[in-house]
Amino acid sequence: MAQAQPIRTSPPSDPGEAYLLPGETYASITSKIGDVPLTAPLKTPRGWLLGFTVAFTLLMVFFASVGWLFIRGVGIWGINIPVGWGMDIINFVWWIGIGHAGTLISAILLLLNQGWRNSINRFAEAMTLFAVACAGLYPILHLGRPWLFYWLTPYPNTLGMWPQFRSALTWDVFAISTYASVSLVFWLVGLIPDFATLRDRATNIWVKRIYGVAAIGWRGSARHWHRYEMASLLLAGLSTPLVVSVHSIISLDFAISQVPGWQVTVFPPYFVAGAVFAGFAMVLLLMIPVRKWYGFENYITMRHLDVMAKVMLATGMIVVYGYFMEVWASLYGGSTYEEYLLFNRLNGPSSWAYWGLLFCNALAIQPLWFKRVRQNIPALIVISLLVSVGMWLERYVIIVISLEREFLPSSWAQYHPTFWDWSLYLGTFGLFFSLLFLFIRVMPMINIFEMRLFQYQESQRLQRKAHDTHQAHGHGGVAD
Amino acid sequence: MQNRASDIYGMMAEFKTPEQLVAATHAAKHAGYSKMDAFSPFPIEEVIEEVAPGDTGIPRLVLIAGLVGASSGFILQYIGNIVDYPYNIGGRPLDITNWPSMIPITFELGILLAAFTAAISMVVLNGLPSPYHPVFNVPRFERASQDAFFLCIEATDPLFDRAQTSAFLRTLGPLQVSEIAH
Repeated sequence: MAQAQPIRTSPPSDPGEAYLLPGETYASITSKIGDVPLTAPLKTPRGWLLGFTVAFTLLMVFFASVGWLFIRGVGIWGINIPVGWGMDIINFVWWIGIGHAGTLISAILLLLNQGWRNSINRFAEAMTLFAVACAGLYPILHLGRPWLFYWLTPYPNTLGMWPQFRSALTWDVFAISTYASVSLVFWLVGLIPDFATLRDRATNIWVKRIYGVAAIGWRGSARHWHRYEMASLLLAGLSTPLVVSVHSIISLDFAISQVPGWQVTVFPPYFVAGAVFAGFAMVLLLMIPVRKWYGFENYITMRHLDVMAKVMLATGMIVVYGYFMEVWASLYGGSTYEEYLLFNRLNGPSSWAYWGLLFCNALAIQPLWFKRVRQNIPALIVISLLVSVGMWLERYVIIVISLEREFLPSSWAQYHPTFWDWSLYLGTFGLFFSLLFLFIRVMPMINIFEMRLFQYQESQRLQRKAHDTHQAHGHGGVAD
Repeated sequence: MQNRASDIYGMMAEFKTPEQLVAATHAAKHAGYSKMDAFSPFPIEEVIEEVAPGDTGIPRLVLIAGLVGASSGFILQYIGNIVDYPYNIGGRPLDITNWPSMIPITFELGILLAAFTAAISMVVLNGLPSPYHPVFNVPRFERASQDAFFLCIEATDPLFDRAQTSAFLRTLGPLQVSEIAH
C-alpha cells in the first residue's frame, strides 16, 4: 500500500526560486534516491558503465605512474634544486582544497541551519573523502622512500628518535589524518539511517543482509534520533574549526618559511577561502551532470546551483583580495626579494601562470554577479572549469615561481613538469572518479532521511504561512 | 495467562503522517503513559521532546574526550621535543616557551578524540548494533525507515493493559494497531 503523502510544497511562481520542487512525497523521495543503489547489477545504466570504464582506465594510469616511481624514484619527475616541490605539492594542495567544500556544506551549513544543504551534503562529503585520499598520496609519494612514511608518526622506535613537532610538515600529518578520519566518521554516521532504508527496501536477501549489517540495527526510534541529532550537531561543530585549521596548517607549510612570496601573513585565511572556492567549483562540475543523469532536478534545483555560484563568487572575491594583499606586501614590505618576486610573477619566464590565474580566478567569476548567469548551466560549467584551472595555477604560482627565483641568482633554475608528473595527476583523477562512481552505485548519493526532514520542514513552514495569511484576512488585513 | 502484559513487548500503532504521530504522542503523554517510543523515517523535534526529554549525555563525554585528546597531544610533544629529544631547529627555544609551535597538533588531537567520541557514544548509548529488536516483528515496520510513523507503548508502562491500551491507541486514528511479540 503506497503512502500518498499530500503534496504540500506550494508551486513557486518561479522554479528557479525553490529548493525542492513540488510533487514530492516521503515515499517518492525514498524510492527515487534509494532505488539507484538497489538497481540490479545487470540493469546498471550504460552511462555509469561507460564513466566507470574511463575512470578505471585512468586508475591504471595511476598505478603505472606510481609503479614506475617506485622503480626509478622521484628523478622521473621534473623537480630539481631549487624547485624541490613541484607538481606533487601543487596537486596535494589542489586536491585537499577541493575537499573543503564538502565539509563546508556538511558542517558549517548545518550549524547555520541551511536546510537546502540536505540534498547536496552527502555527495559533497563523498567528494571530500575521495579528494583527501588523492591529496594524501602526494606527500607520501614525494618522500622518495614512501615505505618509510610511518617515520612521520610518533612511535616507540629503536633509533630513539622523535618526529620534529616544530615543523609544519609534521603538523600536516596530524591535520590531514585527523581531517580524513573525522570526515569519514561524519559521513558514516550520516549513512546509518539511509542504510536502514536500503535494508528495508532491498528485495534480494544478500543485498538486504549487507545493508542490514551496515545499518547496525537502526530502527528510527525517537530516543535514537535524539542522540543522533546531538552527535551530528557536535560533529558539525567540531568539523567547522577543523576544516579551517587544516588548510591554515597547509598554508603554514609555506608561511613559516623564508622564501619570498611564501612568508605572507594573509596565507591562512586566503588559503581557506581558496579551498572553498575551488571546492564549490568542483561540486558544481560534478552535480550538474549527476542531477541530469539521475533525474534529481527536483532535489538539486536551479536554486541550489544559484546559491553555490554565489558562494563561489564570494570566496573568489576573498581570494582576489588575497592576491591584492600579496601585491601590497611586495610593494610595501621594503624587501628587494619580495619586490623582485612581483616583477618575476608579472614578467618572468612563468608569468603565463600568473596572468592565467588572474584571468580564471578574478575575471572569469565576475559574470556570477548576474542571476541569469548563475542559473545558466553551460555558463556555470565553463566558469567552474576555469576556476578549477585557476586554482591549480595559483598553487603553481605560489610554489614554482617562488622557488625558481630564490635569493641567490646563481641557484636559479626553471621547472619543467615531465610526462610522469602529468600522468600521476591524470591518474589521481582516475582514483577520484573510480571511487566516486562506486559510491553513487552502492550508496544513496543524496541523504534520504534529511530530504524527508526537509520536505517536512518545508510543509510546516508553508502551513504556518498559509495560517498567517488566513489570520490576516480574517482580521481584515491586507490581502496579498 | 493470555492477558499477562509481560508476554508481549508492547502495543504499536501506525500513523500516516508526522502530524498525526505528533498528536498521538501528545495524547499518550496526556493519558499518563510514560514508557513509550516513536519510530519515524526522520527526526521529529516535537516527538523527541515528548518521548526522550532531557539530556543525552553526549556533549559532556565529547568535552571530556576533547580535553583528554588535546592535553595528551601537548604532553606527547613536550616529551618528544623538549624532554626526550631536544633538537635545535633554527634556534627555536628548547623549553616550554616553544608552546606556540605545539598548538596545531594539540588542537588536531583534541578534535580527533572528540569527534570519535561523539560518533561512538551515539552508537553505544543507543544500544547499537542490535541486529534484532522486537519492534521489527510489527507488520509493515519496514516502512518506518521510509514513509510510515509508529508509536509504541511498552508493556513495562505501569498503565499498560492489553485491552485498554489497544482501545486507547485506536482512538487516535491509526492505520493499524498491533501487539509486538518479543
